[in-house]
Parts: sequence; C-alpha cells; structure tokens
Amino acid sequence: MMGFQIVVLWSDVLIWLLVAAGVGVGFLIANNPPLLAAWRRVGASRVGMASATVLLVFILIGLLDSLHYRAQLESKAGQKASYAVEVLSVLDALAVPLRSRNEKTYSEPFATRLYSKETIDVPGQGSVRDYPRLKYGGKHLGEREDEVAADAGFTAFRAAGLAFVGWAMLAALAAAVVARGSAMAEASGWQRIWRGETVFAWDAVLITFGFILLCIVPLFWLAGQYHVFGTDKVGQDVLYQVLKSVRTGLIIGLVTTLVMLPMAVLLGIVAGYFRGWVDDVIQYIYTVLNSIPGVLLIAAAVLMMQVVIDTHPEWFSTAAERADLRLLALCFILGITSWTGLCRLLRGETLKLRELEYIQAAQAFGVSSWRIIVRHILPNLMHIVIISLVMDFSGLVLAEAVLSYVGIGVDPTMTSFGTMINNARMELGREPVVWWSLAAAFSAMFILVLAANLFADAVRDAFDPRAT
Amino acid sequence: MLKVENLRLGFTAGKKTLAAVDGISFAIAKGETFALLGESGCGKSATAQGIMRLLPAAGRILNGRVTLDGEELLSLPEADMRAYRGSRMAIIFQEPATSLNPVLTVGQQIGEMLARRLGTDGVEATERMVDLLRQVGIADPERRLTEYPFQLSGGMKQRVMIAIALAGEPELLIADEPTTALDVTVQAQILDLLAKLQAERGMGMLLITHDLGVVARMAHRIGVMYAGELVEVASREEFFTRPRHPYTQALFEALPDISRRDVSLATIPGQVPALTAMPAGCRFADRCQYVMPVCREQSPQWRESAVGHVVRCHWQGESVASNGAGHGITEQDLTPGRAFLELADLKVHFPIRKGFLQRTVGHVRAVDGVSLAISAGRTLALVGESGCGKTTVGKSLLQLIQPTAGSVRLGDSELVGLKGKRLRSARRHLQMVFQDPFASLNPRLRVGEIIAEGMGALGIEAEAAAQTAAVAALLLQVGLPGDAVDRYPHEFSGGQRQRIAIARALAVQPELLICDEPTSALDVSVQAQILNLLKKLQSELGVAYLFITHNFAVVEYLAHDVAVMYLGRIVERGRAEEVLRSPQHPYTKALLSAVPVPRLDRPTQAIKLPGETPSPANPPTGCHFHPRCPQAMDVCRQRYPQATDISATHAVSCHLLG
Repeated sequence: MMGFQIVVLWSDVLIWLLVAAGVGVGFLIANNPPLLAAWRRVGASRVGMASATVLLVFILIGLLDSLHYRAQLESKAGQKASYAVEVLSVLDALAVPLRSRNEKTYSEPFATRLYSKETIDVPGQGSVRDYPRLKYGGKHLGEREDEVAADAGFTAFRAAGLAFVGWAMLAALAAAVVARGSAMAEASGWQRIWRGETVFAWDAVLITFGFILLCIVPLFWLAGQYHVFGTDKVGQDVLYQVLKSVRTGLIIGLVTTLVMLPMAVLLGIVAGYFRGWVDDVIQYIYTVLNSIPGVLLIAAAVLMMQVVIDTHPEWFSTAAERADLRLLALCFILGITSWTGLCRLLRGETLKLRELEYIQAAQAFGVSSWRIIVRHILPNLMHIVIISLVMDFSGLVLAEAVLSYVGIGVDPTMTSFGTMINNARMELGREPVVWWSLAAAFSAMFILVLAANLFADAVRDAFDPRAT
Repeated sequence: MLKVENLRLGFTAGKKTLAAVDGISFAIAKGETFALLGESGCGKSATAQGIMRLLPAAGRILNGRVTLDGEELLSLPEADMRAYRGSRMAIIFQEPATSLNPVLTVGQQIGEMLARRLGTDGVEATERMVDLLRQVGIADPERRLTEYPFQLSGGMKQRVMIAIALAGEPELLIADEPTTALDVTVQAQILDLLAKLQAERGMGMLLITHDLGVVARMAHRIGVMYAGELVEVASREEFFTRPRHPYTQALFEALPDISRRDVSLATIPGQVPALTAMPAGCRFADRCQYVMPVCREQSPQWRESAVGHVVRCHWQGESVASNGAGHGITEQDLTPGRAFLELADLKVHFPIRKGFLQRTVGHVRAVDGVSLAISAGRTLALVGESGCGKTTVGKSLLQLIQPTAGSVRLGDSELVGLKGKRLRSARRHLQMVFQDPFASLNPRLRVGEIIAEGMGALGIEAEAAAQTAAVAALLLQVGLPGDAVDRYPHEFSGGQRQRIAIARALAVQPELLICDEPTSALDVSVQAQILNLLKKLQSELGVAYLFITHNFAVVEYLAHDVAVMYLGRIVERGRAEEVLRSPQHPYTKALLSAVPVPRLDRPTQAIKLPGETPSPANPPTGCHFHPRCPQAMDVCRQRYPQATDISATHAVSCHLLG
C-alpha cells in the first residue's frame, strides 16, 4: 500500500469554494419559491438542459483534476517517508495509461508508426530510414499493422454497445424517477419522457447523455490501445492534454470573471446612478485603462510577477505550486484589465434605468440609494451581466491562448488549450501538416464555449419575467 | 374607391396563426373620411397595414379582397404594389418623432418621394417641395428644406410627414392616429389641415383613432372595431345621435364629462379578449350589459337599423340606460379648507452646459415662479400642453427634482432643502402616481413587494404579518384580486397596473397624491375605471389630488380647482367652474375651444392658435404667450403681466384684465 500526501493548491481552494458556493446557492434557491420556479423553467428548456449536461461533464473533469496529491516514494523501513516531487491529481491517477505511455515524438491519431522517418537499426540489414514502430500505439496488433481500421472499428462497436447498455440503464432509472414523481399519470415514466411531457427536460438530458456516452466510452476504450488523438512533439498523448486543459480553461474563465465581476458591476452601477463627480472619476479610470494596449499591460504585469516568482524560489515546494500561483496571478491580471467593457455597458444601462418611473417612485418613498441599487437596478441588469459573463468566459479562454502564444500565459509546465494551440502552431507550417493537436484543442474549446453560451441563453430566458 | 371585403389578417405565433382582424368589410368613396374607431388591440392598425401590405414579418393576409378602383391589391406582385404605395395611397403614422429619418434633411426625405413617384429632381423638385411645405402650413419652407428633423417641433414633423404623404398625390390617405402624440392646440391645427387638404384634393381618407372627439370632428362615416371585427358602421349623424351597439354606447358612457361629475362613469368590465382566447359567439358578450344566451353561441349577423347604419348585435333594444341627471359642478363642491400644502414662487431651472469645461451658458426655465395651494380632500388640476413644466412641478414638490428657488410648505415645515431623515418623514405625506403604468412598476418585483416597498422604507408596519395584511387590504381597496400579491406586473393589463401603482402610493397613507397623467396611456373604458377609483378613494380617504393632465374632459369630471400653466408659469387659476365656464386668459380660451368634443353640435368657432409652445430655454420677452395670442398688445411684448384677481379664488395673469 503506497501512501500519499494531499496537496492543496490555491486554485483548488478557489474551485472547491466555488462548488460550495454553488451548493449553498442551490439551497437558497430551493427555499425561495420564485427563484425555484425560475430554475424550473431552466430545467424545462431542452437546449438549456442539453448544454448543462455537456457542461457538467467538463466540470466533472475539472473537479477530478482539482484533487492533488504527492505519491510516497519507496523508502527503507524506519526512514522518514519521502514523497515524489511530481504533484498528481485524481484525474492523472485515473488516466495513468494516457499519462505514462509516451512515444518519442509526433504520431497521427490511430497510427502505429511515428510521423517522421528515422534511421533505425534493423538486425541483419544495417541502418534503414523508415517510420519507426510506436512503442505503445497499436502494440497489441503486433505485425498486423494494416488491420488498424478493422480492429479499431470492432472495438469501437463493442464499446458503443456497452455504452448503449449503460445508457439504457440510466434511462430506466430516469423513467423510474419520473414515474415515482407522478404516480397519478396514466402513461408510464418512459412514455412521458419519450413524448416530452415531463416538466424537467429529461428527454434532452438523456439524448445528450446518450451522445456523450457513445463518444466517450469508445474513445477511452480505444485510448488504451491507440493514441486516439495522436501524440505531440514530445510524444505525449493529445487526449491526455485535452483532459488536463479543461481545468485550466475553467479556472481562467471562472476565477477571472469572479475577479472582474464585482468591480464592473459595482463601479458601473455607481457611476450611472450617482452621476456627478463619481461618474467622472470612474469614467476617467476606465478610459485611461482602455487607452493602454491590453496585451502590453498584461505582458508587463505578467513579467513583473514572473520576476517576483523567480526571485523567491523558497515560497514553493513543488513546480506545480509555482505554476498554480502563476495561473492565479494571470487570472487576477486578466480580471483587472478586462472589467471596463462590462462596466461601461452597465453604466449606460443604469443611466437609462434611473430615469424610469419605478426608480422615481422608490425615491419618492425615501428608499435609500443602496437599497434602490440592490432591489431595483441590479435585478434589471442581470440579463446583461449574464450575457457578458458568458461572452467573457469564452473570450477569456481564447485570450489565454493568445497570451500563451506571446509567451506570457500560463506556466510552460501547465497544459492549457493555449499552450496546445501554441505548440501546434509551429507544426502547421510543416509538410505534411500536423493537424491533430490543433483540431483536438479547438474542438474541445468549441464544445465547452458553445455549451456555456447556450446554457446562459436558457438561464437568461428563464429569468426574464416578461418572456412567458 | 377603396373596397375592403371580408379581409382577414393573422399573426403567426409558433405553429398557429391567430387572426387579429377577422373578416371586415368596408368601402371608402372619393372625398370621404371613414373612421375606424376602437380601443387598443382591436386590430385597427393591422387593418391599415394590411391594406398597404406592410404587415410585420409575422403578419399574414389570410383571405379577403382589397380593391382600389376595381384593381385587386392583395394579388399584385410586390414590385407592382410598390408603385401603389405612396403614389395612389399614402400613410401617416402616429409618432412623428420616429417616422422621419433623423440623419436626412427634410428636403432629402420629401425629394426621395418626388423622385420616385413623379421622377422630378433638381430645381423643379425644389419648387414642388416648397409648394408642398407651404400647403401643409410650414412657414419659411425654403429654410426648412435644409433642416434636419431634430430642428423641428412635433407638430411641424407631423406636417412634414403629411407633405411626404402628399408628394405622391395619393387618392387615398391612411392616417393612423395622426394626432395622438400631439398637444390639443397642435392637434386642432393638424386636423384642420387634413380636412382642408382632403377637401381640396378629393382624397379618400381612412382615419384610425380611439378618440371620439377626433371622430366627431373629422369623419363622414364611422366603423367601430372590436376584437378584430367591425361591430357597427354608421354615418356621423347616426353614430352620434343613435349609437346601436352596446360597445359603442359603452364607449360614449365611459367618457368623462362635466355632466357626469357626480356619477361614477360607466365602465366596460374586463378587457378585449386575447387573440388566443376568442369567444365563440359574439366577441363582446363577456363585457356586454345586455348579454343574452344566444350571444354566447352564435356570432351575430349584420342588421340594418337605419339607412347606412348597420350593426352586428343580437340585441334589438334602442336606447342607452339613462346616464343620470346632469349634475352641476357646484353640487359636488367641498368647502375649501385650509391649504395644507403651499408652493410659493417655486422655480426649477436646469442649466444648459456647453463646451469642454461644461460652463453654464443658459438655463431651461422649466418652472419659473409657480405659486399654488392645495387643501385637503380637493383635487387641483394642473393643465397645460407638453413641455410647459407641469410634470416638473409635481416632481419638485416631492423633492425628486431639487427646486432652484422658492418654497414648498407642508403644514408648517419647509420641504425645500430638507435632507435625510426629515425629508423621508415628510415624504410620507406626498406620493406620486406616474403616467406610464408599464415603466412605473419594477418588472422583477412581485406586486406584494412593490406595494410593501414604501411601508418598509418609511418604517410603517414594520412587522411582516401586519404588512401582509395591509397589502391585502390595499389590493381590495383598489379592486384587485388578493392573489395578485405573488404575481409579477407583466401579468396585468395597463389599467390593472395603474391600480397597483395607486395602491403603492396609498400604502403610506399620504394626504396628497400627485397624479401625473395617470390615464393618458389607457383606453377610454379603462380610463373610466381609474377615474372612478380615484373618486372613490377621495371620498373614502379624504386624500387630495394634484392632477397633472392635458385632458380637459378629465379635468371637468374630476377637478375642484384648476390651474393652467404655460411655459413654466401659471396663467390662470381658480375653481373649476370659474376657469372652465368663464375662462379669462386667451390661452385658456384657446385650449378649451381646441379640445375636440365627441358630440355633433360643434361649439362656437374654435380659436386657432398659430405656432407652438416656444422653448423654455429662451422664452419670449414680456408675456410668454404674446407671439401666439390673438389679442396681443404692445404692452404684452414689454413686461410680464401681474396676476389679477377676478374673484376671491380666480386669478388671471393677463394685461387684458389688468
């Protein structure tokens, strides 16, 4: 039995705090009938629930990747236990085959040989220039390298069958839940789901989940035998990189918005509501901030932070901690430089709202300014906040890619969509082109951002009291 | 000339098509004005758009025929239809502010029409444009051609719209509520202009309106629309002397009028049915006071009651239930108690700032020395055209706008300059009901929360249970169901929302309610409900009203005292019977005579006021009214007249009486 030491990174703390906050908000909602009714409307939206299912899968991956530990090294009895330098996460542990089976360099998806010719010593023939056989990819096929398609297809088919069985079991479970929820109905739970009669959009969830299972189960099954998304320059499996990037993307998207949001909302509303010199000051601040080229500002801040980190190696016991701090610092810097757009938008909207008659009615009652802001203005700005949050989320995931490209993004040891794209960029120019890294990163990012956008759309619709 | 037969228009919603206009037929002859009358949501505008084939994207023409001089319009290809629009039929819209393109000059906008319809441009077109502008009564047309819409006033914009419509020399003019957004004196100008142009050119005109007064002034024949159907068609004389349909009669009954002061107005219960829930039989059955079982089963057929007077109703009865004997104003009179709220020389000036350093270069004198007194349990109507500063007076009373000078005394305490806690406690004595019931309720709060807000803020009924009970009592008082507490404002109709707003204001038990045009956004029948409610509340609670309005019918019905405002100052004030029966100021006289009356007997020739209200940033020297006054003298141009007392209660600021 190998021991381990739990490592808590700062970003882990933030992520789990967010989860706790989410659960807390959930309890609050459950005890507040109108809010609950609004969330029920979200639950009834097919698109919303389908995208929520996809998002949930991403979040699950991110959460699994946010439980870190250091494995105990083998040591002689009586000696003090020592732990590995490498910080691993639960996801790493689950994906050991993906993580450990590194090739030498690039290989195509489902390839059995490397992507470039090398000089190999063949016994009896001397040195030959050929594509060397991969160490792990398609190893079980041995000499039957031309049977990759048949083998992979058959395996995928079997896995899909298994996925279908698993899905059917889940569907049966959902049907049972639906049937129990409404014993009065004539039709069985399954029929009601099938006809879309349920209040909660079970049909959308089940269909989406079916699609996800049909993709993921064969993918991981095959991933044990092949490099399904190929390997990168140093031979690491691209699928593994995609999985690791999810957490980085989520942190950049969520933590940055958390930094940015209070500032943008508070300053925007205050400027719009109080007008006068408050408005002038806030406007000058964001105009000044906006007039500095964003990338340069971020670059300067990141470089300064880099110097600080480099001069204090004693702060960090592992490389992971250093990379983590750098990631958080990047979030803060991005947050501090990107609140101006939302702030300006909210200021304009508040200027419009404050002239509305219900605000004047509240003023006529002598309701205090802060209460007017919280009760009357903020709820009427929420749709803008939600929309721009999601736009920013996607924008930030993309901005991270740009920053990593310039070399001021996340730590090079940390995998992110940005670093993946950045690494793939150099190979786009070579002939034949190395496309799989880019394609994998792009599709994963696309699915994540699209799901977030659709979900936010559903939330906004459900919370608009006029749209019923 | 124009014949509409069995026209059905619908709007697609999801997979269903809902018929907004359901089988209407009428005809308009050359030189005739046909008025389509009805409340909002009855399909009047959709009919006009259908005739022009300008329906919005979701609109569909389901069936029917529209012929112009025998030519079928609905089957024409779109390209041919374009040739009809503008040249043979033209349309003018309700809102002059949005129907002109703000980045094109007047000349470019008229010229576009001329070039397209008549193919004229260059000098010839300019001459034609000048001619057109002159015809619609715009002074100095050469200069106006080069101006942009923002440089024109509302009435002038509507004149330009009419000029554009006339540019193509149409045979049929469709006027969709052409004067609803305008002031009464300007409305009178525009209506006269339309009538004159129609007589000159022999145009047919389809006039769409909800205002019986406009109908009485303009129409030759009238069609009443209800829930997408025509229910009565009659000539003007027949219509005003013998309305047959219960809906038409109810519309007349609901009008506030001086003769109805002591009776509550007849209201039409309920509201126009939604497109999704049209009743099977007669569509008015649910709101009709003469409803019979047959009404709910089959839709009535047309029945001719007199020559050219057809009605669609099962009920054969004749007359309206008697509207009660006309009571004089004096009967309802209260002895004026001691004034509890006094305004003395109240001024509100907004600075005009210009330049980089935002230096003040002038002031908009929105309110320029207003003195008023309001006593308990009475209604003071503050009357005036838009932009005269009446709303600003209301808001500065509440200290929502900081007055520049003057005093507002409530009992013994001065409100101007109060801050913080003391202002808050003073505010519970005054409350406001706003004009637009859709903008005055926060869409994200439930009705219960909206009503309880004032109680919470002013520390009345701090306990939750007492507050809930108080809210329930208020809802009952304003005639709303108790389950409204947990619903959101958007679930209510305009009239119900205005009731909510009234309940919110009453929640803190104010002594004065400032009503800022509370019925101007509502239909006639709903307006009657709200006026009844206000009267009832006044007799029950003894609350005083400052009623800000431009609607004289409402003033006659409701007010005890009247103050007439022009350009930030009060020109005449007195008891209602004094001001309304024997107006002394030329402006009051003109205002009163400009109001279109929903009766056949047109009163003595209306006094026509030229021009429009000048800008309060730059008021005329001397008496503000002199540039428009038909009786202006030399002294009027030099100094502002002092107030002259005609009786103990009646005062007028005019040199004619000084």
